[in-house]
Amino acid sequence: MESLNADVLMALPEVFMLAAASVVLLIGLYTGRASETLAYVLSLAALITTAVLVYSTSASSESFAFGGMYLNDPLAQAIKLFACVTVAAVLMYARPYLQQRARISAEFYALGLFATLGTLVMASAHNFVLIYLGLELLSLCLYALVAFVRDSRDASEAAIKYFVLGAIASGMLLYGMSIMYGLTGSLDLAGINAYLAQSGANRIALVFALAFIVVGLAFKFGAVPFHMWVPDVYQGAPTAITLFIATMPKLAAFVMAIRLLNYGLQELLADWQQMLMVLTVLSVVFGNVIAIAQTNIKRMLAYSAISHIGFILLGILPGTDFGYAAALFYTVIYVLMAAGTFGVLILLGDREREMDRLVDLKGLAKTSPWFALIMMVLMFSMAGVPLTVGFYAKLYVLQSLVYDGWLSVAVLAVVMSVVGAFYYLRVVKYMYFDEADDVFQVQPSGLAQAVLSVNGLLVVALFIFPNALLNYCVQVLG
Amino acid sequence: MITLTHFLVLGAILFSIGVAGIFLNRKNVILLLMAIELMLLAVNMNFVAFSHYLDDLAGQVFVFFILTVSAAEAAIGLAILVVLYRNRRTINVQDLETLRG
Amino acid sequence: MKILCLIIVLAPLAGALIAGLSGRSIGRAGAHWVTITGVALSFLLSLVVFKQVILDPAASMSIDVYRWAVLGGLNLKVGFLIDPLTVTMMLVVTFVSLMVHIYTIGYMHDDPGYQRFFAYISLFTFSMLMLVMSNNFLQLFFGWEAVGLVSYLLIGFWYTRESAIHANLKAFLVNRVGDFGFLLGIAAVLAVFGSLDYLAVFSQAPGASGQTIAIAAGIEWPAMTVICLLLFVGAMAKSAQVPLHVWLPDSMEGPTPISALIHAATMVTAGIFMVARMSPLFEFSDVALSVILVIGALTAFFMGLVGIVQNDIKRVVAYSTLSQLGYMTVALGASAYSIAIFHLFTHAFFKALLFLAAGSVIVALHHEQDMRKMGGLRERMPVTYWTALIGTLALVGFPGFSGFFSKDAIIEAVHYSNLPGAGLAYILVTAGVFITAFYSFRLLFLTFHGESPDRGKVVGRITESPAVITVPLVLLAIPSVFAGLFIGPLVFGDYFGDSLRVLDHHGAVAELQSHYHGLGSFIVHGFQGPAVWLMFAGILSAWWVYRRQPTIADLGKRKLRLLYNVLFYKYGFDELYQGLFATGTHRVGTVCSSFGDRMLIDGLVVNGFARAVNWCSLRVRNVQSGYLYHYAFTMILGLLVLLGIRYL
Repeated sequence: MESLNADVLMALPEVFMLAAASVVLLIGLYTGRASETLAYVLSLAALITTAVLVYSTSASSESFAFGGMYLNDPLAQAIKLFACVTVAAVLMYARPYLQQRARISAEFYALGLFATLGTLVMASAHNFVLIYLGLELLSLCLYALVAFVRDSRDASEAAIKYFVLGAIASGMLLYGMSIMYGLTGSLDLAGINAYLAQSGANRIALVFALAFIVVGLAFKFGAVPFHMWVPDVYQGAPTAITLFIATMPKLAAFVMAIRLLNYGLQELLADWQQMLMVLTVLSVVFGNVIAIAQTNIKRMLAYSAISHIGFILLGILPGTDFGYAAALFYTVIYVLMAAGTFGVLILLGDREREMDRLVDLKGLAKTSPWFALIMMVLMFSMAGVPLTVGFYAKLYVLQSLVYDGWLSVAVLAVVMSVVGAFYYLRVVKYMYFDEADDVFQVQPSGLAQAVLSVNGLLVVALFIFPNALLNYCVQVLG
Repeated sequence: MITLTHFLVLGAILFSIGVAGIFLNRKNVILLLMAIELMLLAVNMNFVAFSHYLDDLAGQVFVFFILTVSAAEAAIGLAILVVLYRNRRTINVQDLETLRG
Repeated sequence: MKILCLIIVLAPLAGALIAGLSGRSIGRAGAHWVTITGVALSFLLSLVVFKQVILDPAASMSIDVYRWAVLGGLNLKVGFLIDPLTVTMMLVVTFVSLMVHIYTIGYMHDDPGYQRFFAYISLFTFSMLMLVMSNNFLQLFFGWEAVGLVSYLLIGFWYTRESAIHANLKAFLVNRVGDFGFLLGIAAVLAVFGSLDYLAVFSQAPGASGQTIAIAAGIEWPAMTVICLLLFVGAMAKSAQVPLHVWLPDSMEGPTPISALIHAATMVTAGIFMVARMSPLFEFSDVALSVILVIGALTAFFMGLVGIVQNDIKRVVAYSTLSQLGYMTVALGASAYSIAIFHLFTHAFFKALLFLAAGSVIVALHHEQDMRKMGGLRERMPVTYWTALIGTLALVGFPGFSGFFSKDAIIEAVHYSNLPGAGLAYILVTAGVFITAFYSFRLLFLTFHGESPDRGKVVGRITESPAVITVPLVLLAIPSVFAGLFIGPLVFGDYFGDSLRVLDHHGAVAELQSHYHGLGSFIVHGFQGPAVWLMFAGILSAWWVYRRQPTIADLGKRKLRLLYNVLFYKYGFDELYQGLFATGTHRVGTVCSSFGDRMLIDGLVVNGFARAVNWCSLRVRNVQSGYLYHYAFTMILGLLVLLGIRYL
């Protein structure tokens, strides 16, 4: 009994989040649409409280609970903190959008909180079972969220595609896990690692299992060729949901990759490096190239996301601590930039239509100069123009590659990001050098506007002070 | 005598049928859901077989979790299917091509 | 100290951000209060730092505030080097900036871009402080570019005027030439010393004096000379030295407070400051010093001459600025860095004063700038008149006024210099005194004395400017008179300590020092040289020509038509550049662009590449067919690839 108490105490953030999500769900169930504001406030409070709880359960070193299934370490803590903050920001962005369309209800918040819970679980998972449960909790919520706007044709198509492909991916992940379990006799990451370290299991079978697991990972990230869902879902889902999918799950995917590849399967480094190399090269190339031909901005950002995913995987590729730190830095920066970009799109849309064609941005610099400025900073940063935070993110990743001798991959990545700069700059061109087709004034809500401003300023601030975040990332993965 | 290999081969066949079902089927989305179930069952088969031969209960516990989650997954899948049908009056896989490029 | 310096730098930035970003919501008064508070805070804290450094020379230090990024072993950082040179510049910058802020309230009173203007000038103060307080070349370059940027913004402040846009472009282009040299210079510093930190570079300088750099195949130049000349190219553009001076007179298109702050007192002196700061480098290159000496002397003399024929009141002051910058440069060339900074110091006050006085006249005359339409303003605007008179006396170097000490010291220093070209420079700067006196008093006589051609019509309604304009005038007039008294400690004392370095064989200042026996004797000594008498002659001539016999001016204009035209067209620099560079490069550019660019680069490389990528993009996107079973199939293929690369 004593030990169970200690275990629960360690998992307090998850326990609290579960309770809060359930409460929000019940509120929606019993009071209907009227209590939307209550659910909103409660959700934000829950996220903030969880963040505080995460922060206060200090994890200077690794500590385990529930018989080694649950791991609390600085990385888990960092991911949880980032996830809570991200989701809170996403909710603030999304609310006016959904309100305008009269489609908001407490379920939206409940789904968001459960998805966050999934990420929290994944961050601390140290066992295949827990990884799978966290992943499914997150994914199922996302499927439901995509279909959340019930009368949208595109959204339902996107949802079914996401769902079917996601199910295949998790099936493959499970299949790989089952073989791995059979080979090593353990579901525990440490157990697997120990087994692999001391005895050479059947190499061919191991690689077979590993490939399936990598597929599951790559799908979660959206790396080529497991990326097919990304553009369709980004485009089809309501912008507020796209914002959600584009940000927080990337953190989850990152931590899942680190846990599986670094904690569990480190002995297979040479094998998964080769696999990741294929994924990264394809992602960086195809993401950037296909994005150029897009006319829908959400779709363009989806392909841009794929190329950024390529960069995150590039950081993981060398398998060094600095590489992991660079990848985490990139992930956090990407989440920040994606949140800001979709935030601008959300705020610009009005009741009648979404701002999702590229040409809708024409003349934005005249109609709303502040948003245009933020968007420009974000685009420059995404393109990795020198002296923006996006540049640092790319730089550190490339640095980690070069240190470990992946020079040709690094050169390719640089070339492709130059190609990528083209479509980002096109957005800037539309905003600043073209006349608007039709003049309409944007009147976004105050709070969302403030969040967006903070978001944009953070990107600028991180450009001036990149070291604090980088040092934190290095320390977390040290 | 039925050995571990037999179970694994059966699992692999089931899994392959599931996967093949997904990309060979060009008609009905419901068939996709069934194919997915088949994949998960193949995985369960693997886990149970390994669990038995390794003499380790953890694998069988995992199977319970997978069963539960796949039930939830099926529920969500069907719900999405209903929404899809309401919007489009069709659940034909070939008609789902608005989002492309 | 670190915190103090940070506040000094960041307070104006905060003011600029608040005024710039939320200008609409805080209103006009809010904008000027917030920026003035920021700059005033900077000024007061600068005084504190000044006191600490002056009382205790050991308080000089290099502070690293923040390591910004590490690129391949090279530390890029933000830091401050606090020493007597820096604190002097800090005081000048923040004091003049504060005066200009206050003055702007009155000058820009009716302008719709009021908040924007305050944001810009506060931003400028921030950039200038970053420049002067820097302890490394990178930050110096940042400040250098940032002050340039704000200066373009401000020259083009009235962007609806065509001439403003043109002036803006000119300033931008000319400064690009300078930046090119400056950046190359910094690169050369990095190449030779492997560091961008001032102290690290300076300590290695003596050892590097023998090194050479290959300019082209087979041609080796001493590294120090190359570095110094490149850096000086940057200084020439920023401090408007011949032949990169053409942008400064045109920059008078900007509002007058800007002319005072940026184009007289602070930004244009950045080049002077930079050379003084780099004195441990420049000292090792006699060639560079000679070049500096000659260029400065040419600027000082010939730009003063142009001032005589200008009719726009601000342009006269602008040409006088050019000429005075020339004096400072000459001092640098003579290794009299302390005197150059001293002249910079006195000049900042009296030139800002003259600009603001000119601005006061312009405001009173409802933005009339042509001196031929002015006259008789002495009674109408007594405060402006008396302060302008003080400024003028300081400028011409009337014994006892601040300009006298600094200018006389420069002339003496050039006299003692033994570099090649010093003889020519001495003649030019001495003759320049006459010219300075002549055009300065011409301005004074035409504007304030005599009668306006259309009196009654315009002058009748003229009244003295409001207090926000006159108070800064008076406050600036005080140091214009008395700043010269600091010559003892500043130039001949040990004020600058180690921050300026002079080698023994460049003994001009040491020579002067040995002749210096207090202020009084310095003044008396001044009367023994030709400079003071030339100054009196200049004043008398101006009085004769413009007060006593106004017809002489016209007569001279007719008789000396050629000379007049040469001066009026400013030696044809503009036309030359227009013809040589603008037209010439345009022609070369057309050829290049039609052949090289349009066909080769655009057609084949850039556009071809872009088209190829686009083509690929359009093809590849078709893979994303929209069909679920294709997606699933791709995943299976992907899985097989992953398996394949490990098995095959």
